[in-house]
Amino acid sequence: MKPEAKSKLIWTLGLVCVVSVAVGLSAPAGGNVTIKGSDTMLQLGQRWAETFMGQNPGVTIQVTGGGSGVGIAALINGSTDICEASRQIKPAEIDKLKERFNSPGVEIPVARDGLSVYLNEENPVGELSLEQLKKIYTGVVTNWKDVGGPDARIIMYGRENSSGTYSFFKDNVLEGKDFAAQTQTLPGTAAVVNAVAKDKLGIGYGGAAYAKGVKDAKVKKDEKSPAFAPTLENVKSGQYPLSRNLFWYLRNKPTGDLKKLVDFVLSDAGQEIVSKVGYFPLK
Amino acid sequence: MQKYQFKPKSRFREFLGEKIIRLSAYAALLGIILIFIFIFKEALPLFTDHAVRQEAGIDKLVLKQRFYDDQEPTWVWQPNSDNPKYSLLPLVIGTIKAALIAMFIAAPLGIAAAIYTSEFASNRARELIKPTIELLAGIPSVVLGFFALMVLASIVQTSLGLTYRLNAINAGIALGITVIPIIFTIAEDAMSSVPRSLRDAATALGANRWQVAVTMVLPAALPGIAAGVVLGFGRAIGETMIVLMASGNAAIISANPADSVRTLSATVAAELAEVVFGGGHYSVLFFIGTLLFVFTFLVNLGGDLVLHRLKERVQGRSS
Repeated sequence: MKPEAKSKLIWTLGLVCVVSVAVGLSAPAGGNVTIKGSDTMLQLGQRWAETFMGQNPGVTIQVTGGGSGVGIAALINGSTDICEASRQIKPAEIDKLKERFNSPGVEIPVARDGLSVYLNEENPVGELSLEQLKKIYTGVVTNWKDVGGPDARIIMYGRENSSGTYSFFKDNVLEGKDFAAQTQTLPGTAAVVNAVAKDKLGIGYGGAAYAKGVKDAKVKKDEKSPAFAPTLENVKSGQYPLSRNLFWYLRNKPTGDLKKLVDFVLSDAGQEIVSKVGYFPLK
Repeated sequence: MQKYQFKPKSRFREFLGEKIIRLSAYAALLGIILIFIFIFKEALPLFTDHAVRQEAGIDKLVLKQRFYDDQEPTWVWQPNSDNPKYSLLPLVIGTIKAALIAMFIAAPLGIAAAIYTSEFASNRARELIKPTIELLAGIPSVVLGFFALMVLASIVQTSLGLTYRLNAINAGIALGITVIPIIFTIAEDAMSSVPRSLRDAATALGANRWQVAVTMVLPAALPGIAAGVVLGFGRAIGETMIVLMASGNAAIISANPADSVRTLSATVAAELAEVVFGGGHYSVLFFIGTLLFVFTFLVNLGGDLVLHRLKERVQGRSS
């Protein structure tokens, strides 16, 4: 390289450095909102944040996961503005919040979540109780004839333990018990649906999905109660047993940017994002 | 005539060039060492951190554990639990089971195809077969895994009459498809590079084509074939996407190839994304990574040693 060219290069590099530092320093110092909590809701929170930031360039929103418990703890110690939680806040946590901030916190349901139980279309079994689901997935019941089906082995399909669906099913159906070791775990709802579609004796669970060869089992809370299908109405009304609210928790009544954000989330545009991410809107 | 003289400046360029290519050569070595250090560092709390050791000490990974008072002690992999269970035995068995099935399928097919291609095929047939088999290696493993999940699993289940649709046989066949090109390519290269003089000598002594292939070329190329099989085995152990999709991922201890298996690599891939950073589960997953690393290293090293010994023997005999 000629000396001339070399010095040109150095100048250019220097200029690039100066410019990038200047740009970095002059970045707009607008409102900063942090959202922390449920891993299930992480993607939902991020999509809301992206869209909201697109409409309000002055606001920066940071969304992180960690789990509902982690999010509520962060709300209590003041390190997050909004906590995303897929469970309701516990009385003990409300007490701590009162102690530190003199406010019981504000609970805002932002979306609904419902899990479908898939069965093969040819399976004569059409409805299952939560108790039966628990027995099937903990390995107590291994034959379809014990739940009203043919005399054949039940093949259980499920999700990987890193998935929020796995935790929801474990908490709400298995009541914290371990899945049977025989449960086959697959990456993604689509894989579970396909597996059940191809396996006459299969059972699976996952978000709402429609596929040929698979039907959604109607689920009943206990033996005596009626069975409900995971339709939009039943999930919204809470009659379908495998449904839950997803919440946002704030310390105080939202104002300013926070209020704008909450209003956006509850607006039609915000709820449309809920459906797009795969959950159920509130209205 | 003008005399060409090296200028000092060009000497410097040569010096620089040599240093740069030397650096590239050592960069690979450095990369491997750094990767190993990083993976092992993340697994280290298993041995040093008190809280992590309580949750997932090395004894809990290896030995039978009693988890509930009313149950016999067993080996269980169930990390997401009120009572986390981190036994690696089901995963190790699953990994070896899937890889062995893959080898039973891939080794005979790969070697037979290599013998035919190098010894018997016409030039035209060779030009067709070689690129086609090598093309197999180019199929992304996620595509192969999806194929195994959707199509192969049904074929295997109905033709063998199996209870479980996704199982070790299904995963092994799909794994075998990725391993065949490795064994084929290396074995075929080894056979093609057997010196012509040896073949000519055998032919001159009255051997026919089959005799040349089996008694002459095959033994001489044995080191290359062994290397292909060993490298293929390493690939089968480390392959992730196919087993994740096609094996069913149920961590059970069983010798039955028709049962579902969960492999080490698939476990890391499936669970690492959402694991609590720095916790027991996190360290165990990195420990699995270390195991896979050490295992593939040993397999490759062992293959290399066998290869050298065979080479010496074969060359000693043939010269």
